[in-house]
Amino acid sequence: MAAGVAAWLPFARAAAIGWMPVANCPMPVAPRDHGKRQDELIILNVSGRRFQTWRTTLDRYPDTLLGSSEKEFFYNEETKEYFFDRDPDAFRSILNFYRTGKLHYPRHECISAYDEELAFFGIIPEIIGDCCYEEYKDRKRENAERLMDDQEENKDNKLPNMNFRETMWRAFENPHTSTMALVFYYVTGFFIAISVITNVVETVPCGSTPNQKDVPCGERYTVAFFCMDTACVMIFTVEYLMRLFAAPSRYRFMRSVMSIIDVVAILPYYIGLVMTNNEDVSGAFVTLRVFRVFRIFKFSRHSQGLRILGYTLKSCASELGFLLFSLTMAIIIFATVMFYAEKGSSSSKFTSIPASFWYTIVTMTTLGYGDMVPKTIAGKIFGSICSLSGVLVIALPVPVIVSNFSRIYHQNQRADKRRAQKKARLARIRVVKTGMSSAFLHNKRNGLFNELLELPCSEEVEQHLSKTASLLESQHHHLLHCLEKTTAHEFVDEQLYEQNCREGAVQSYPSCSPSLSSQEGPTGTCCTHQARKNPLPDASVPPTCQGALQELSAVHIQCSDQPALSTSRSSLNMKLDDTSRLNCKSGLITTAIISIPTPPAVSPEGDSQPLTSPSMQTIASSNAVKVSTL
Amino acid sequence: VVSVAWETEGLQTLGIVVIVCASVKLLHLLGLINFTEDSIDDEQEQSMVRHRPEALEKLEAQTRFSKKELQILYRGFKNECPSGVVNEETFKSIYSQFFPQGDASRYAHFLFNAFDTDHNGSVSFEDFVLGLSTLLRGSVQEKLNWAFNLYDINKDGYITKDEMLDIMRAIYSMMGRCTYPVLKDDAPRQHVEMFFQKMDKNKDGVVTIEEFLDCCQKDENIMRSMQLFENVI
Repeated sequence: MAAGVAAWLPFARAAAIGWMPVANCPMPVAPRDHGKRQDELIILNVSGRRFQTWRTTLDRYPDTLLGSSEKEFFYNEETKEYFFDRDPDAFRSILNFYRTGKLHYPRHECISAYDEELAFFGIIPEIIGDCCYEEYKDRKRENAERLMDDQEENKDNKLPNMNFRETMWRAFENPHTSTMALVFYYVTGFFIAISVITNVVETVPCGSTPNQKDVPCGERYTVAFFCMDTACVMIFTVEYLMRLFAAPSRYRFMRSVMSIIDVVAILPYYIGLVMTNNEDVSGAFVTLRVFRVFRIFKFSRHSQGLRILGYTLKSCASELGFLLFSLTMAIIIFATVMFYAEKGSSSSKFTSIPASFWYTIVTMTTLGYGDMVPKTIAGKIFGSICSLSGVLVIALPVPVIVSNFSRIYHQNQRADKRRAQKKARLARIRVVKTGMSSAFLHNKRNGLFNELLELPCSEEVEQHLSKTASLLESQHHHLLHCLEKTTAHEFVDEQLYEQNCREGAVQSYPSCSPSLSSQEGPTGTCCTHQARKNPLPDASVPPTCQGALQELSAVHIQCSDQPALSTSRSSLNMKLDDTSRLNCKSGLITTAIISIPTPPAVSPEGDSQPLTSPSMQTIASSNAVKVSTL
Repeated sequence: VVSVAWETEGLQTLGIVVIVCASVKLLHLLGLINFTEDSIDDEQEQSMVRHRPEALEKLEAQTRFSKKELQILYRGFKNECPSGVVNEETFKSIYSQFFPQGDASRYAHFLFNAFDTDHNGSVSFEDFVLGLSTLLRGSVQEKLNWAFNLYDINKDGYITKDEMLDIMRAIYSMMGRCTYPVLKDDAPRQHVEMFFQKMDKNKDGVVTIEEFLDCCQKDENIMRSMQLFENVI
């Protein structure tokens, strides 16, 4: 029942008195209204802005936060109001929903922020009114597409355990992933170009022999062209078979447009090989050669613009259909009129209505070849009307197609730009984070220094400490310290660790574990210049990514799949096995994110050494785990 | 010569086409034929009738509601009908929302006429609140009077069998199709027969107000059910 109508329920109940005299049976007892409360004003304080409304207004929707008893959690006893720490602008539309029964989507609002607000207050977005629903759905779709683009980007990064087939498929789909793929990409492109040029040059008249007229080059240098054709077709065949082998779903691949183009491009050659000895169908064979021109469509794998064009045409199919239909109608009408108008003229070319079709088409598309012209006055008048209307009919659907193309093209541009900017963006974020995370190590030296020397914390030291570290920071550092104590290892900064590694006898590459720093994916920068010998599973990604701790997330980055801390423990256990290696070989280079750094590998030794900063060097001999702060 | 003849024929064709177009345009100007189908939407300009109710004190005097109750009633009323009056369509749609299974529009029509005491096609807040006052705070006599007024469709002081049948059909149509036991087609008629047997003392085929009041006051069920909605507001 709609909100406002609830106010009319008393009226409907009162009007039920009209049934009473005609009723034969006694009526049921009316429900008692316990504790009839006077309608009271509720104050909702949203980030300082006070909204007031009647309690009954909020009670209209009992399955939302404000309408149920859930709002009691936010009740502030002293000020006797409900306090919500949310965006007051978005709250306006939510409160209006209670008042009017219609939820509106404000256009200037960001779609994900609005969604979050709705989710917080327990309102489903499907009840957005018709006036705003279209806009909401459009924005949501755009956003989802954008997120999907980003996710696909992430998926592109190499998963550690891909077999040969998957690698090959990835290489085919994304030439930039490896050098081999790039080479292959260019080679196929080159051969496509060669093949097309060959087809074209084949027909050029190529010098004449004395007793014959010009022969096309194809007939003059048959063998050369045949060899060229064979080579191209072989390359294409090999490519097609390789793609077929590597495709994750062969059936789907075979049905895709690109594979059909591939097949059509190479089929004429094979058919030609089979049929050369059969004279009857040689005419058909010649026709088949026309299909060789389809090889040019293979370029669409190489050119994104071409793909966009194709996609646009596909999505504008209805507009194109309309254009075609209206043109056909107009052509028939004008052809008929022109035929009858020109019927009287003696040497008229308009011999029949189909013959007039040609004139009409040429005129409507403003080509005007001039091979057919009207001679009578009536014919000329109708001819001019024909050309004017042609311009109009063609101009109508074109803007729709253009706007579709523009939208798709810009979307692609934006995706490319985002990808390009992503690297720079992430690099900048990393710089900021590095500054912040080294605060831990810095503070640790100062703090632990005090602790281990067991100085009674004098007032000045305390004050000094508290000046340099906020409560949040100190709590965070305490937490990291606890972790160190638990694992009997310590956090060390990068240079120290490098030193330790160099001093160690074993040289082997430490393996990298993925970081959680951002959506960029599992490979952190530490690994870029090291061979990925033993890729670890995404084990050491800590689950906690609370944005609450200020230091921790300078920039709130959405964390995707976060395996539990237990898995990182399991990586610890894995490392326990090679106890023989005491050195940095068993250490993980874990990229410490601002949240919680990944637990370092366990070592058999404890760290009972003094931890003053000069003595940091001595830790080198034990298993100080390097934490390269990102 | 042949070509000249054909050219004049071409010109004749042209002339005919021009005359046809001109006559069509003339007829369109005269309004005899319409090219566009949607030329009627200009007529449906919604005239925004704005009605302000009488002062709160006057209403308080006229009805048996307190100020606070009138305030609550008015807020609900104005929320649903910002223009201050309810026309029959809005009334029907509001009432139908309470009976989603059946068709409440016919009964709502009778109800509307009962509330629209001055028969001007719209129910203002005063009509609304006066009606409610009678129903909720009035004496049993007043309530029965109101009910009689509802049943008496042509307001001539007599309830005939046909009027009662209309009312009964309207009430039964609010039940809808899915009932238990299954609604028979002549159930309203049977109900009317029962009603007339009970109410029509002198068997003259109509029920007068005295017969009605008399009979209802003797019936305990009816008297009890009249008190049912005392505390609705």
